[in-house]
Amino acid sequence: MKQETTTKTSYHIPVGPIHPALKEPVYFEFEISGERIVDVNVKLGHVHRGVEWASRKRNPIQVLYLAERICGICSFCHPAAFTLAVETAADIQVPERAEYLRVIQGELERITSHILWAGVAAHEIGFDTVLYFTWQIREKALDLTEYLTGNRVTKGIMTIGGIRRDITPDMLPRIKKDLNFFKDNFEKLRHIFLDDKTIKMRSQGAGILTKKDALKLCAVGPTTRASGVKKDVRVDTSYFAYGDLDIDYITPDVLTGEVNGDVYDRIIQRLLEVKQSIGLIEQCIDQMPAGDIVSEPKIPKLMNQLKKVNGEGVGRHEAPRGEVIHYVKFDGHSENPYTWKVRAPTYNNILPWIPMLKGEQIADIPIVAASTDPCMSCTNRVAIVNDNKRYELTKEQLHSLSVEKTRRVLK
Amino acid sequence: MTKEKKLTPEGFVKSFKDTFKTKIKDAKIIKRPAGAKKNSTANIWMKVDNSIFKEAIKHLCDIQFPHLAVTSGNDLGKTIELIYHFTVNFGTRMEEINLNISVELPKSKPEIDTICDLIPGALITEREKMEMLGVKIKGIPDDKRCFLPEDIPQGVYPWRRDETGPEKLYRNLHEVKK
Repeated sequence: MKQETTTKTSYHIPVGPIHPALKEPVYFEFEISGERIVDVNVKLGHVHRGVEWASRKRNPIQVLYLAERICGICSFCHPAAFTLAVETAADIQVPERAEYLRVIQGELERITSHILWAGVAAHEIGFDTVLYFTWQIREKALDLTEYLTGNRVTKGIMTIGGIRRDITPDMLPRIKKDLNFFKDNFEKLRHIFLDDKTIKMRSQGAGILTKKDALKLCAVGPTTRASGVKKDVRVDTSYFAYGDLDIDYITPDVLTGEVNGDVYDRIIQRLLEVKQSIGLIEQCIDQMPAGDIVSEPKIPKLMNQLKKVNGEGVGRHEAPRGEVIHYVKFDGHSENPYTWKVRAPTYNNILPWIPMLKGEQIADIPIVAASTDPCMSCTNRVAIVNDNKRYELTKEQLHSLSVEKTRRVLK
Repeated sequence: MTKEKKLTPEGFVKSFKDTFKTKIKDAKIIKRPAGAKKNSTANIWMKVDNSIFKEAIKHLCDIQFPHLAVTSGNDLGKTIELIYHFTVNFGTRMEEINLNISVELPKSKPEIDTICDLIPGALITEREKMEMLGVKIKGIPDDKRCFLPEDIPQGVYPWRRDETGPEKLYRNLHEVKK
């Protein structure tokens, strides 16, 4: 535990490894002067499981299921990026219908993830009725996921050369009904988040990330787009069926006419993306060509083909949190990948936390940290060390600090 | 960051080859069509010589400030290969290019200059390469471990395939007192 080292007026608070607003462990060390954050140091790796190393003992089909378990929320994105990398390395052509089905799965995952995030963000500022409301919508999205894939979380839908389950015409009415449900509730959500006085007060001007910093620190996904950087793998490149669809960049100025790069903009950003995703699924259903859903249904034959591959490939996919990129190399001797490098979006969104958190108050830590939708994990206590006297803030206390601030600004 | 010149994939390769001549090897452009309309995105792969690596990245930043997605690494036996995955030309529909610049470092002297001064966002990925592959990044602002816990002994690099690899740790867990 680091003791007071700098001037008398500032002190250090370690946050984590298990906490704020994070669903998985990460460790922050804040240098605080009064209520203001002066400096931030981030330490990672508490849940490093050596997944890349584990892939050396698995063949590409087995790695698909390992990739799915990197993250529970992005359980489509990681296999998707891995598949793209393998398909590039082995030069496998994918049937057109499968490309459209992959987009549907990817966008459904984005809806689920963004709505989950909206609930968490509301909870962080003490708006728990909205938490229950958003998660009710998310429950519908999960039911639809289960209807389409057979599973709610780890979907097991991706395969090399295609996708594992088709969408038949008799499934369409149910999908359309659910999409309409999302649309109706989207308007309600939009009203709650964008017109509510309390949410505006807590989020406007908090945790600002400038466009320059976003570019310099290589931020990705909604975090960088909310700062006005037009960067979205789905629009920038042509992969799956995204090259065929009508899709454009979304930045918060679409709605408000200006970009501030604060927490409020990141809320707008994600809400607009939910609407975009609903539109994309509808486009896919309308334009989907008929045909096969997988290029090679016989796995042993596919494995034989992959065994001979000597090459490398990169796969990129826009996950709900931003660009996920996988690098795969095969050496032509073993059927297992020679190297597999996974880079999840939060990896690039760690450094932007530092400019976001500097100058903020302790009570803003949960909402600012949550606003990048970090995919690591969640703490449960904060220890404050001051003049060798140590006291701890539990997650509940830190949360109530945040809730108190909401009440305070309301007065 | 002020310069924003967009080049075609061929333009990028030509620009690098004109500037660095024979120090650029195996430059290739791969385009893979996708979807029903068969639009494609270009992937550029090129190998730059160790001696001009920093200048090459500087040259890239002078053309256009790139997005560094990540750096991946391979242990190739006698050498360690680092691949810097950049993306350029983003911000316009389907014009983005994946630019993969690889550099090989001899195992006897696995050293490379930092690019954090040019691209501050490279810090985490450079720290990861230091601890995972045992590459020395010269001039890195923060050389602490990033992902590995403190109780992994120094001199063990999980991504290596030689005697400095992690094999001895997982075969004899009792010896490392876990």
